Amino acid sequence: MTATTTAPAPPHAAGSPSMTPALALGDIAAITRRNLLHIVRSPQLLVFASLQPVIFVLLFRYVFGGAISVRGGSYINYLIPGIFVQTVLFGGNATAVGLAQDLREGIIDRFRSLPMARSAVLAGRTLADLARNVVTVALMVAVGTAVGFRFHAGPAAAVAALVWVLAFGYAFSWVFATIGLVTRNPEAAQFAAGLPLFLLVFASSAFVPVQTMPGWLQAFANVQPVSVTVDAVRALSQGGPTLHWFWPSLAWTTGILIVFVPLAVRQYRRL
Amino acid sequence: MQVTTTAAVSQPSGLTGTDAMIEVEDLSKAFGSVQALVGVSLHAQAGRVLGLLGPNGAGKTTLVRILATLLQPDSGHARVAGLDIVRDAVALRSAIGLAGQYAAVDELLTGRENLELVGQLYHLGRAERRQRAERVLEQFQLAGAADRPVRTYSGGMRRRLDLAASLVGQPPVLILDEPTSGLDPRSRVDLWQHIEDLVAGGTTILLTTQYLEEADRLAHWIVVIDTGRVIAQGTTGQLKDQIGGVVIDLQVTDPAQLEVAAAVLAGLGDGQPQTDPVQRRATVPANGGAKSLLAAARGLDDAGIALDDLGLRRPSLDDVFMALTGQRPDGPAPPPPRTDRRRGARRQG
Repeated sequence: MTATTTAPAPPHAAGSPSMTPALALGDIAAITRRNLLHIVRSPQLLVFASLQPVIFVLLFRYVFGGAISVRGGSYINYLIPGIFVQTVLFGGNATAVGLAQDLREGIIDRFRSLPMARSAVLAGRTLADLARNVVTVALMVAVGTAVGFRFHAGPAAAVAALVWVLAFGYAFSWVFATIGLVTRNPEAAQFAAGLPLFLLVFASSAFVPVQTMPGWLQAFANVQPVSVTVDAVRALSQGGPTLHWFWPSLAWTTGILIVFVPLAVRQYRRL
Repeated sequence: MQVTTTAAVSQPSGLTGTDAMIEVEDLSKAFGSVQALVGVSLHAQAGRVLGLLGPNGAGKTTLVRILATLLQPDSGHARVAGLDIVRDAVALRSAIGLAGQYAAVDELLTGRENLELVGQLYHLGRAERRQRAERVLEQFQLAGAADRPVRTYSGGMRRRLDLAASLVGQPPVLILDEPTSGLDPRSRVDLWQHIEDLVAGGTTILLTTQYLEEADRLAHWIVVIDTGRVIAQGTTGQLKDQIGGVVIDLQVTDPAQLEVAAAVLAGLGDGQPQTDPVQRRATVPANGGAKSLLAAARGLDDAGIALDDLGLRRPSLDDVFMALTGQRPDGPAPPPPRTDRRRGARRQG
């Protein structure tokens, strides 16, 4: 573009102009900390994020549960793995809303004008949301246990179940990040993220066996990411053909990361 | 007060030949079919304030975003502090500070946390960023509120914190996008003082503003842009000379008589008067100087108009802006510029 390349020594007063992995990690840590402080300082958001799945637990355990029959085992043990997945997905909505809000308030402009790693804003956002998911999932374990849920496949499988829930939620937070960056508007982001979520969570095996749905819906519900992940987590917590469900869930999780990480980063660069 | 700095003030070393800290050459940018910038060229000298004036939608913010590396131009080039805004974007971000009309500070963090976060993202060491945060907190009289969440700050405090955040990296060039819009008059004057102190310390500033008073006070060189093009530039004095001559300026006692007074001024034949009902003022170019003033005085007296004030003065930057753009500085209000012409400057009052 420019032909005159008499580049003088940059008179920058601070920092280093070149990005190294160590600096990038520092930037990610700084942004993660900032977003964690947000979660801690607006506890009402965390409360509402937790209240919703609690209500679902109570609703399905005591209101609808009696009318839903599942093969082998109790409904509560069927329900709670679905609640875990629902919790991380609905909580991930905050990723979309939070990013859109940062955009609107001009914070992202400030970050982009600083000599920081381009990846840090998105990585810091998704990592903070992962931390929030750890808290809400732990809470759901406690609530589930209180209403009769038990892990029946041993402690190692139980840990694996929870780790997988969090991994799946983390992959999805990149979908939410993309939605937040595309909509640039907190209200629009909430809506844009909420609608497909609702569909994915309810037209799945999270709350009712897929076999009870009409055939055309089963075709979708059997293969979509939430169903296979709920079934994998269910198998990990209750025993059963774990790998049968785990491979498709792994495929979805990896696929979502492969598609949405570059998509979100590209969108961030083009803001 | 004007801070008179010489270009020699602590100019960052390493600049070859020219002392221009901001050089923009033939910059263009379109959004779809909208031409936001068309062949814009301008220069800002080291240690000086370049005022960028223009109505809403003139392209000021687009230019600011390009110079701050937030946006890439379609064509043309620009260097800030000797660094190309596209090729050297990464290094350039260490050399600029950006503060703007949106006061991009984090509501939920304290003032100190905001500043230390920015310091961390400049990759300063822990001790260094603490020290610099402390220094700018003192400098902007925020030390007392340093550990309160920004949510509890007043508008003026937020702007000061925003400006403080842009200084944590101690950049030689500051880009201020309408830094005082929406502030009450006292906070604005206060912020101006801070900006003047920075200039006295050798910082080069690009300032966009809709307030002509602000440009008049702070800017050493003014560039007026409209619909993406530079339509005039110069010192305030040079710009005022472009209009030439003097204007008759009057203030009526009874607002109801303002239109009649304007009609008398129109009768002088020197041009279309402009009125401001809130200030009860009317102005008109006075090509005949004192003679025009006497004629106006007679005409006003004959019409039985009671006056609080009548006189000749040099044109203000407002008059210049009107003459150049046909618009008030504050917005897209093209229909005949007859009333309320200083709305923008008073909106905050």
